[in-house]
Amino acid sequence: MDTALGNLEKYLSQNKKTILEKWYDLILKTYPEETARFLRRNKDQFENPVGHDIREGIQGIYDGILQGSGDEKFYPFLDKIVRIRAVQDFSPSQAVAVIFFLKQVVREELEEEITGGKINLTELLVFESRVDKLALITFDIFMECREKLAEIRINEVKNRTYKLLQKANMIV
Amino acid sequence: MASTPKPEEILKINYKPPRTRWMDTPVEFKPGTFCYGAKPDNLKGLGLPNPREWSPADEDWKLPENWKEILLEGLRERLDRFRSLRVFMDICVRCGACADKCHFFIGSGDPKNMPVLRAELLRSVYRKEFTTAGKILGKIVGARELTEDVVKEWFYYFFQCTECRRCSVFCPYGIDTAELTIIARELLVLLGCHIDWVVASVNNCNRTGNHVGIQPHAFYDTVDMLCDDIEDITGIRIEPTFNRKGAEILFIAPSGDVFGDPGIYTFMGYLMLFHELGLDYTLSTYASEGGNFGLFTSHDMMKKLNAKMYHEAERLGVKWILGGECGHMWRVINQYMDTMNGPADFLEEPVSPITGTKFENAKSTKMVHITEFTADLIRHNKLKLDKSRNDHLKVTFHDSCNPARAMGLFEEPRYIINNVCNNFYEMPENTIREKTFCCGSGSGLNNDEFMEMRMRGGFPRANAVKHVHEKYGVNVLSCVCALDRAAFPPLMHYWVPGVEVSGVHELVGNALVMKGEKEREEDLRGEPLGGMEDDE
Repeated sequence: MDTALGNLEKYLSQNKKTILEKWYDLILKTYPEETARFLRRNKDQFENPVGHDIREGIQGIYDGILQGSGDEKFYPFLDKIVRIRAVQDFSPSQAVAVIFFLKQVVREELEEEITGGKINLTELLVFESRVDKLALITFDIFMECREKLAEIRINEVKNRTYKLLQKANMIV
Repeated sequence: MASTPKPEEILKINYKPPRTRWMDTPVEFKPGTFCYGAKPDNLKGLGLPNPREWSPADEDWKLPENWKEILLEGLRERLDRFRSLRVFMDICVRCGACADKCHFFIGSGDPKNMPVLRAELLRSVYRKEFTTAGKILGKIVGARELTEDVVKEWFYYFFQCTECRRCSVFCPYGIDTAELTIIARELLVLLGCHIDWVVASVNNCNRTGNHVGIQPHAFYDTVDMLCDDIEDITGIRIEPTFNRKGAEILFIAPSGDVFGDPGIYTFMGYLMLFHELGLDYTLSTYASEGGNFGLFTSHDMMKKLNAKMYHEAERLGVKWILGGECGHMWRVINQYMDTMNGPADFLEEPVSPITGTKFENAKSTKMVHITEFTADLIRHNKLKLDKSRNDHLKVTFHDSCNPARAMGLFEEPRYIINNVCNNFYEMPENTIREKTFCCGSGSGLNNDEFMEMRMRGGFPRANAVKHVHEKYGVNVLSCVCALDRAAFPPLMHYWVPGVEVSGVHELVGNALVMKGEKEREEDLRGEPLGGMEDDE
């Protein structure tokens, strides 16, 4: 797929590190301060799986945007971010909002280039539409997670009832 | 149109957490994050105080009129009784070594799940009521009034601790937050504020001998059904005995293994092993539960439920007790049973009738863990094992918290697995052995209404399983705990689909070559054995 991001792609590449750091920081701000400190400090994949997954997730998404990847390529990365948020103390909008943060970071980080005309508006709109689409996919994943959670609960109750019936010799 | 918000304004939703100090942030009871309150019948059945209809989500918890007096008196009593409690109240310097070690903190991101802060919930009241500095200086020294909101906060967070003790491994002073949780729960019981999943199980156990409430005939029927399954798979009929006086060994397993899937396959493994050895053992329909939810209620309740083990051993006149794969059961046995209900001087020091090995570690309790028993059999070459029967499985091992941290049982399960499986893969070093991550559902939190919180708490463990699943294709998470076997299947379903959960003796049962058995085509679950898939 053609990335169609024109000049913007160059600036996104050049500023990748800063943009990702700022995006990460914004996501961390959705957590209480003490938690954000821990998520930022500990880089171990197993001791800090939430921080690690968010980092890997945003990196994958960013690279995917730069490479013009198809939707399916984004799933595992979006999943890394939202699967945990789907069970944490967030409302659906709060859980999904983190994807939109990328728009905010890019606008702020590349403000000069945008206002100075180095990046044209169409490119920016293409980029932002892409982020919007990713947010919608994220919402799909969020719903899959919540539905799975409900399914797990239902299964637990069903299994219990089934066993009770079995115990009472009410089914063969 | 003037009121139409711009896109960036829409985005300005309130995603920020409260910026109030922890003491001033009250708890909100959202479905999925708290366990249902104890039902009046179950509290009554145990003679526990304040039985009434209530829900933690209610504004009014219907506390007794003098609830504050009850709590403070309860705390005073325990400070006098347990020196460890007073030390833990005073000694913490808030260094933060424990802060990021709790699976609930890591998974939920809620700072009050940092062990240090969880303990502060209790400590702050201790300071206010029991220290001079706290009485005078109040909040400046971290002291606060005991209010109904504090009681609710205790309930919320002390039922978000699984008493797994991972944090205590890292505490330079050896503070055991699990013990603080135990005390806090004891205090809550004084007000009738406990969770039904625990109190109902204790009430069942008190009447029928096991948490599930299985009566003797049903217990017998269920075991018989498992024997039918074993016969289908191996062609061998096993006839275990129940309540048989004069047997050499009493075998006690967690009831989850008799009754819950996938625990039943582990139980089948036990039965097959004992049959093959010709072991002189008996099951008991009275001591029909190894687990002890009393541990999650109060010291007295733990003692009461535990007593049946020695009672039954004495009544049947056995020489010693063999115990199945369970987690907290072994914390109770290894750390409390001897002083609580012992000494069991009517029993003998356990000796394996097959190998002659003396289990000196169990000299005092007279109770041996089944993985110690089986590892010893393998070591002495007493079992014929066909590892290839587990070739369809790629196995990792979860160190269940209590056997790992409360009794140091690390090598025996691994030794067995390595002798019955060809494909064994360890999870990363900082997630196993004494640093093992909890399943997130221990200490009686494995109920369905708590599912959302269980997914948070279980995430660090699931994350390590996911790693070996992706790297080595691991498809079985083995463990030596019945609660794990109940809690992991939903956890895996959410985080790592494609990984099944098994006990160690299920794997033993698969590999065990029995005298006179028919050619095995299926494992204990009825799944085709490795290499048998294409034979049709």
